[in-house]
Amino acid sequence: MESRKEDARRMVSVTINGEMRQGLAEPRTLLAYFIRETLGLTGTHVGCDTTSCGACTVLFDGEPVKSCTVLAVQADQHQIDTVEGLETDNVLHPLQQAFWDNHGLQCGFCTPGMLMTSVALLQKNPHPTESEIRHGISGNLCRCTGYVNIVKAITDASHKMQKEPAEV
Amino acid sequence: MFPSAFEYYAPKTLDEVYGLLAQYGDEAKILAGGQSLLPMMKLRLAAPSVLIDIGSLGQLSSATETAEGLSMGALMRHKTIETSHWPHYPLLRETAPWIADPLVRNRGTIGGSLAHADPAADWGAALLALGASVQIESRDRIRHMALEEFFVDLYTTALEPQEVLTRIVIPVPATAATFARYLKLERKVGDFAVVGVAITVSLAIDGTVAQAGIGMAAMSGVPFAAHQTESLLVGRQLTPALIKEVSESASQEGDPESDRRGSAEYKRSMARVFVERGLSQILQQWESTQSA
Amino acid sequence: MAIEATETRPLGKAIKRKEDPRLVRGQGRYLDDIVLPGMLYMALARSPYAHARIKEIRLDQAYQVPGVKAILTGADLEKMNLSWMPTLAGDRQMVLATGKVLFQYQEVAAVVAESRAAAEDAVQLIEIDYEPLAPVVDPYAALKADAPLLREDRDQKDNHIFHWEVGDRKATDDALASSPVVVKEFIRMPRVHPAPVEPCGCIADYQKATGKLTWYVTSQAPHAHRTVLALVSGLPEHMIHVISPDIGGGFGNKVPVYPGYVCSVVMSLQLGRPVKWVETRTENIATTNFARDYHMTAEIGATQEGIVTALKVATIADHGAFDAAADPSKFPAGLFSIVTGSYDFPVAFAEVDGVYTNKAPGGVAYRCSFRVTEASYLIERVMNTLALKLNLDPAEIRRRNFIRSEQFPYQSPLGWTYDSGNYDATLNEALKLVDYEQLRKQQAERRAGGELVGIGISTFTEIVGAGPSNTFDILGIKMFDSCEIRIHPTGKAIARLGTRHQGQGHETTFAQVIADELGMTAADVLIEEGDTDTAPYGLGTYASRSTPTAGGAAALAARRIRQKAIQIAAHLLEVSPDDVEWNGEKFAAKGLESRAVGMSEVALAAYTNLPEGMEPGLEATYYYDPPNLTFPNGAYVAMVAIDRGTGEVKVERFVAVDDCGTVINPMVVDGQVHGGLTEGFGIAFMQEIAYDEDGNNLAPNFMEYLVPTAVEAPHWETGRTVTPSPHHPIGAKGVGESPNVGSPAAFVNAVVDALSPYGVTNVEIPLFPWKVWNVLKELGLTQ
Repeated sequence: MESRKEDARRMVSVTINGEMRQGLAEPRTLLAYFIRETLGLTGTHVGCDTTSCGACTVLFDGEPVKSCTVLAVQADQHQIDTVEGLETDNVLHPLQQAFWDNHGLQCGFCTPGMLMTSVALLQKNPHPTESEIRHGISGNLCRCTGYVNIVKAITDASHKMQKEPAEV
Repeated sequence: MFPSAFEYYAPKTLDEVYGLLAQYGDEAKILAGGQSLLPMMKLRLAAPSVLIDIGSLGQLSSATETAEGLSMGALMRHKTIETSHWPHYPLLRETAPWIADPLVRNRGTIGGSLAHADPAADWGAALLALGASVQIESRDRIRHMALEEFFVDLYTTALEPQEVLTRIVIPVPATAATFARYLKLERKVGDFAVVGVAITVSLAIDGTVAQAGIGMAAMSGVPFAAHQTESLLVGRQLTPALIKEVSESASQEGDPESDRRGSAEYKRSMARVFVERGLSQILQQWESTQSA
Repeated sequence: MAIEATETRPLGKAIKRKEDPRLVRGQGRYLDDIVLPGMLYMALARSPYAHARIKEIRLDQAYQVPGVKAILTGADLEKMNLSWMPTLAGDRQMVLATGKVLFQYQEVAAVVAESRAAAEDAVQLIEIDYEPLAPVVDPYAALKADAPLLREDRDQKDNHIFHWEVGDRKATDDALASSPVVVKEFIRMPRVHPAPVEPCGCIADYQKATGKLTWYVTSQAPHAHRTVLALVSGLPEHMIHVISPDIGGGFGNKVPVYPGYVCSVVMSLQLGRPVKWVETRTENIATTNFARDYHMTAEIGATQEGIVTALKVATIADHGAFDAAADPSKFPAGLFSIVTGSYDFPVAFAEVDGVYTNKAPGGVAYRCSFRVTEASYLIERVMNTLALKLNLDPAEIRRRNFIRSEQFPYQSPLGWTYDSGNYDATLNEALKLVDYEQLRKQQAERRAGGELVGIGISTFTEIVGAGPSNTFDILGIKMFDSCEIRIHPTGKAIARLGTRHQGQGHETTFAQVIADELGMTAADVLIEEGDTDTAPYGLGTYASRSTPTAGGAAALAARRIRQKAIQIAAHLLEVSPDDVEWNGEKFAAKGLESRAVGMSEVALAAYTNLPEGMEPGLEATYYYDPPNLTFPNGAYVAMVAIDRGTGEVKVERFVAVDDCGTVINPMVVDGQVHGGLTEGFGIAFMQEIAYDEDGNNLAPNFMEYLVPTAVEAPHWETGRTVTPSPHHPIGAKGVGESPNVGSPAAFVNAVVDALSPYGVTNVEIPLFPWKVWNVLKELGLTQ
């Protein structure tokens, strides 16, 4: 039985945060766990079992998705970006900096997912209104902040990114 | 949280899909965007032994618009539809932002949603209002079917084990003056509809209703089109009095269940309120285009 | 905009959080991020029934799953005398069910395997035969004489757990009988769950060679958990090392000890390998501690002028299958006796009866001090009813009855000594911020136009900071808290506390407190919590107790450092210690202000250049036993509009003015208020753990247990008054929970206000649209 199980695993190659990585995954392995446990990037979190909380949000070919609801094998040959890839040359991404500056996080558990959603949001819509931000992050649950300072942080980042366009 | 084990295939062509379906029959499930199926598998409410991932079938992720209508590939993601511009079919863009949440919309597909056949799903109501049909393919045949016939029962469609839902076809509306609204009561973002009402109305130059579609979500075991109400609208001038009449009629169609989301009476009343509100907004919009 | 941690005199400043640089990088270290060599994974088999006898458990199929290492059942635990564990409330709880199950999703067996997936596969293959029994879901039905007996293990043969009462029953009855006005209301606070985004979990790592158990656990109270574990397992306490890593939110959910914790420890002891257990969201919501489920009746007596004369409260508390409340041991109904609130009741009486039902056990203090949300909700709701009865403005009824500022310290009729407050000032600030007069005018205009618009007020008083050792203990352990500070030779410090933050910002705020006492910057003080091998003993973080207890300890430990430092400073300044004074930043020679030394010079001297005979080093520890609790208060105003078509309620304005005494970091306080208000909103409008008549949990996941997203959450406006606590070392009172305690009544009072012209005095939460619509329908108000 052990060997049959071994056979069921297949090699999955992803470009994650710009780096080519590969690892073995059973077909049923969820992308979130592949990222966390096989690739060792634990910034992507898991907070629910019903595709509700968004703590596991990553960019899949540039689009934010819930990585608990994607199979690792579906990500084979695709591009994934996680919170660990936001910082460049020891400089925080403007959104990371804005979350810090505006107290946009408390326990920090939803933060990586919230950041990844926000990164994509600002790419598509560099100057969102408060309502657009609130709708844009409505797939990510936060229990600590009441969202007020998250909205503030995203707005702040959007202003700063307008001055100095940053890449993801 | 961890699905039961399964075998996974990612065929590159429909022929390969048919081959796998022939081999595994109803042990297999087709995986499109996975936003309905994978959550069920994680809770082990579904445990197919074979998953056929059709995500690589590129030809199913685009749309073609012709004089006859709009043909959308089954793999079109909700987000793509939300951001596409099809002036003849405003209901699509009205409906898409109400589906699940923004992250799920990036991944979920229109075909996957229809094949899941949740009675509360938004696309069912909207596409029924639009009079859509589906294209179903198997190794031996291609068949077209009105969406109404496609929805058989709760979570049950007319798809046979060897078949794949490939396209959704919406006929071109009767006039260019087509207006639409999607009204949904949800308890929070990401919730299925407590009640959802999709409305599309095409008006003739003189303001009479040339064509009307009203689809309803969560008002029955399957999404349905409120035909009686639609027929009350056609050929008549859209007025507040008519709107009142048809909204009463709409609330009598369907067969909602009392549950945690509200009583049957409440849901009927929501259907009435939404039809009235939606049509009133459409009337207002039309009037403003007239005066402009 | 927030300022950097290198700012001097940091107390009261919006210092940017020190924990954030790692958290925004995704480099927090949460429980599930920890992977140990040879680690195994555990999953639990759970009951599908709410009440059933277990006839047989067959494991053969499950053992066939590749990778399965061991399966544990209640029978195995029975042999080790571990099938039951004590709850913090003095009851006991089954670890793995033996005999019968008492709630749906109850733990029946534990599987340990090489992977999580294999453990779950095996759980599915465990065959359990049940004989279903009649479930008891309603707490009132549970009290009937013919109700099925749920807890056969107890000597007492009914479903009644405890009766608790406080106050003067006779005087209260007499006062009510002679009061010209009496209002009575039945108010239900339904069952909810804290549901932090990170679920609970642990890794038990027992090393046979050393005999030491390292236990990583999502714990708000690591020291207490170590003691409980020592008592339950028989392991020596010094051989248990509890590490509570970064925690993804707690809100009371991570205070109790859960069966999964015990099973993973047992399994690690048996297998000699690390065993990880992380619950799923469904397990979290359906089995770990719920909150509320209080069914309360209150009567208020008053004069015609609206001056209150008496308060009488009777409550049924549904605890589910086991009384797993995490209250201080002498308080089975927590601090519910704060129920007289902000008002000067001459007499009062409250009683609470605890009841068993076939539901998940609990209940915890969910983002509140023990049962304080229930008490505040009740009094703020019933004061509203009194205002309606007397046709008085809800602000006015409050003003007439507030405890006046000159009455502090105020002795409440139910036994508390309120430390301080200026309730009129707080209310006035809220009314000013919201422009109350204008709001009422708008309301009148919109009402005339047929709209249903309401304004609700809540002026609550909390009771936090448990607590003084003469009154408060958990399983006998006094509820002090502690801080140890070490100043290193270069003038940098590390401080460790007995609390454990879960997002509250202790790494920053406690650094501010200590730095401010010692003339340092917050950047120079590293705060560590959650490691029982290094931190001094403390009771943990919940019930807004960290700042009142550990915050006090931090300030006093710092002052202890200063006592020694002043001796060293005198030595350096070559003057007598009597001639040295602390100017807030440095030690200065009296009259010679240019001659001063700071903490960095003193610290270096403490290791290099000491006065003759002085013990080297610069460290202090303080175990702070607070002389009293603290009593934060607030005044909240909500404005809502009801959609007559759908029953949806829109919160159009919400102003929250809090008084939490001295503010350590205004940015953090605002953040705490925003979060608490949002949870209060959730409780008022969406969050409910409901059961059907068979005891099936109808909201066991985030599809049905609805927590607000950014779209539903209203926009919050905040303000502040500052009335320091006279007894707290820096005058701080604690704030994390006030908004959750105070806000539900404001929302509901606003909805009632919208409907009060039609005779409505009460509506039941959560205010789902259909529920509001039903009320509208009955009143003929639907569109």
